[in-house]
Amino acid sequence: MELLLPQSLAEAADMVAAALVEERPLSVLGQGGKLGLGQPAAQPTGLSTRRLSGITLYEPGELVLSCGAGTPLAEIEATLAERQQQLAFEPPDASAWYGAAPGQATMGGVFATNLAGPRRFKAGAPRDHLLGVQCVTGRGEAIKTGGRVVKNVTGYDLCKLLSGSFGTLAVMGHVTFKVLPAPEFTQTLAIFGEDLADLAARMRKAAGTAFEISGAALLPAGAAGRSGVGALREHGGAVALLRVEGVRPSVEDRMQGLVGEVVGRSLPHLVLAEESIELWQRIRDLRVLPDRPVLWRLSVAPTEGVAAAKALSGLGADLFLDQVGGQIFAVMDDPRAAEVRALVAGGGHATLLRASDEFRSTIPVFQPQPAPLAALAARVKNAFDPRQILEPGRMTLAA
Amino acid sequence: MHMPPPDEGILARREEIVAALRAIVPGEGVIADQVGLRPYECDALSAYRAVPIAVVLPSTVEEVSAVLAWCHREKVKVVPRGAGTSLSGGSLPLVDGIVLGMGKFNRILDIDFENRTVTAQPGVTNLGITKAVEHAGFYYAPDPSSQIACSIGGNIAENSGGVHCLKYGLTTNNVLGIEMVLPTGEIVRLGGKHLDSEGYDLLGLMTGSEGLLGVVTEVTVRILQKPPVARAVLMGFPTSEQGGDTVASIIGAGIIPGGLEMMDRPAIQAAEDFLHAGYPLDVEALLICELDGPEVEVNHLIETVAGIARQHGATTIRVSQSEEERLLFWAGRKAAFPAVGRISPDYYCMDGTIPRARLAEVLAGMQEMSKRYGLRVANVFHAGDGNLHPLILFDANKPDELQKAEAFGSDILKLCVEVGGVLTGEHGVGVEKRDLMPTMFTEADLNQQIRVKCAFDPEQILNPGKVFPKLHRCAEMGRLHVSGGRIPFADLPRF
Ligand SMILES: Cc1cc2nc3c(=O)[nH]c(=O)nc-3n(C[C@H](O)[C@H](O)[C@H](O)COP(=O)(O)OP(=O)(O)OC[C@H]3O[C@@H](n4cnc5c(N)ncnc54)[C@H](O)[C@@H]3O)c2cc1C
Repeated sequence: MELLLPQSLAEAADMVAAALVEERPLSVLGQGGKLGLGQPAAQPTGLSTRRLSGITLYEPGELVLSCGAGTPLAEIEATLAERQQQLAFEPPDASAWYGAAPGQATMGGVFATNLAGPRRFKAGAPRDHLLGVQCVTGRGEAIKTGGRVVKNVTGYDLCKLLSGSFGTLAVMGHVTFKVLPAPEFTQTLAIFGEDLADLAARMRKAAGTAFEISGAALLPAGAAGRSGVGALREHGGAVALLRVEGVRPSVEDRMQGLVGEVVGRSLPHLVLAEESIELWQRIRDLRVLPDRPVLWRLSVAPTEGVAAAKALSGLGADLFLDQVGGQIFAVMDDPRAAEVRALVAGGGHATLLRASDEFRSTIPVFQPQPAPLAALAARVKNAFDPRQILEPGRMTLAA
Repeated sequence: MHMPPPDEGILARREEIVAALRAIVPGEGVIADQVGLRPYECDALSAYRAVPIAVVLPSTVEEVSAVLAWCHREKVKVVPRGAGTSLSGGSLPLVDGIVLGMGKFNRILDIDFENRTVTAQPGVTNLGITKAVEHAGFYYAPDPSSQIACSIGGNIAENSGGVHCLKYGLTTNNVLGIEMVLPTGEIVRLGGKHLDSEGYDLLGLMTGSEGLLGVVTEVTVRILQKPPVARAVLMGFPTSEQGGDTVASIIGAGIIPGGLEMMDRPAIQAAEDFLHAGYPLDVEALLICELDGPEVEVNHLIETVAGIARQHGATTIRVSQSEEERLLFWAGRKAAFPAVGRISPDYYCMDGTIPRARLAEVLAGMQEMSKRYGLRVANVFHAGDGNLHPLILFDANKPDELQKAEAFGSDILKLCVEVGGVLTGEHGVGVEKRDLMPTMFTEADLNQQIRVKCAFDPEQILNPGKVFPKLHRCAEMGRLHVSGGRIPFADLPRF
């Protein structure tokens, strides 16, 4: 892929304008680590934000940071860590899912893919933290939306629309987002059991308490074995993991309450402390799953998770449940799209996060929408990119 | 403030329009007599009034769909309305349009404790959701002060916030799904009880779209378990800088309080005269910080907060020792609007947001403007997130005072934008701030937003005249001129 490397938003606007003249569609990327996510749509020319890099504003007391879209995620995380702050949505290191070297993600890519980690159900996704964007639309126009403050209802919230739009609407050049204090202490309650449905019910119960859990994942035996935690592997069965974060006295107090309320007398359990951080990073990055070619993510109501997971196991998948049971990550050898999509027919969606180009040229990667909604989404795309110059075909299969 | 000139052709069809609406929504669901229309002629920004052709009160989504489809075909404008508590004129009627009132959509449809969701019709009040689940210890976190009256549909349209939003997020962070009707009459569902969107985040776009993109007919929100303990600290400071620095230090110390509110001297005085909450009267800034969570956490952090205030020179520090005392601390703040209402015949409530570090400067600027306009101003402030509510005191019976108050308000909002803030934090643009939009956005910025509007509402029948300073035809907006032959950067290195 030939790369265009603008050094300013104005340059990026000129490049898109030129592409419009030449009728030459563009791929939009940071380092390109997640180009494998979406329909296969790589263009001969890519517009990369990697030179739009660097932090332009960081005010820890105001919980806000602005940077060029090409700024590495790793740089942001290191900067925040110096002030005991973090990105609360826990972005996964997703480039590795597509065979790229780890640690390359850019902030533009983080927002454009809107992938969140285990804290999603409590703290939100990237979309909940993006406050302002300067971007270039598919019309070749540089625009801005939002601002640098959290409370802002001035005009439409285009930040939400750009989050998870995979470069199909605009090239984000500069982003401003909310940051939050990092917890000083973390513990994880591991509850062992044989019955996934019972463990899932306990997770839901935990999420409905005031103990403010910030992670709730359910690992079947296979995933537990890959958790990197000896005690989980040795037990040999399924395990529900509940994370509690905050100031130390509070964490210890809530953990005690949680054990009393959701474990009861009957089930073996243990509380993990030091291993917690690494464990949740493995879950976030899907390293508890074996390496198989196809990766699905299902999003359903938490109460529907176990039934869907059992059906996926029946299709030969290795999997685990996250988000209080409402999200399932499953790896398999063949997509079995019709069977998988049938599992979310009652509400939710299934995204084919990874599969060969061949599969992704015939299977919709994103959950197909009912006709009026699909038509609306197409009109929104046209509102930003009437000539289909930015990432054409990345989010929808050509009819 | 001017609204677009009414369409005489539409006005001439009044009777035909009313008859057509009656055919869709039978019985008392269509109001067209002058007396019946009165209550709908304004929202909570009562300086602006207009009597619509009719008010339609549908009770099913099919009726909403049929009304919109008919209006779309006949090019009749529609203003959606919840409870009419908008402070920006969002639900102000149009004389050549109808009001689509959602008041009959007042049922809770589903309470699901296991998935921690409530599904409600849009006319249910914000507090109605909490009331429906509080017996099980749950609540709905975003809590606008208008929560006993405002509707959850209106909250979505305005992305409403409240005292708890610093810690628990705004409406947009707590909504999981909606059903809505597009201006064409098509019914679509976004989200549900699951997380994230399968495609573009249209739910996020809808939230805060001020009734311009679609009519919300069902809402699913996240509910949370109530924190077991809440305690508040009341802190008084000799200067507003010290108050502002204290806020920055609390947050810089990694503490996100459940609520963090500030009042300036005039607001403190008005509240104390009204309620006798025991506020100190010799301070320039009063800060109320509430911490909620498990008891050990609250007790641990409250000491830290008090210590920070001491370091910044607080002259009053009181930690609530009982639930009664905590409520007393809040009583003054919560009654700040009516308290100011007592000392002035009228007041005008503004809603800018600023980067918090610029607070002292903005307050000083307001004092200077106050002198210039000869009008008093009192400030209450969601200090944690920089959202200012200056209350401008005036007397509508005096000639020119309303205009002066409006001009004063505009100047405050322009100052907010100048220091890096925004025109509105939670009340919406509506008609009120419509003409100020160009101070924050370029024409290109605004045109892109209008194109989004056109993707939803090509005939622009939904709430036109709000949010955008100029109406443009959608066809005109969609055009794209590609400057032929110009290939900049043909010589740039490519990799
Ligand atoms: C005393 C007072 C205190 C307030 N305090 C706060 C506060 O603390 N925080 C805050 O954020 N706001 C506050 N507000 C403002 C107001 O209450 C909110 O904006 C509220 O969300 C409006 O809800 P509503 O049902 O009254 O909507 P309305 O005023 O009826 O309508 C508001 C907008 O929403 C649209 N709309 C309404 N229903 C629908 C629907 N079903 N589908 C599509 N569009 C719809 C309307 O067209 C309009 O543009 C306050 C107002 C008052 C009067």
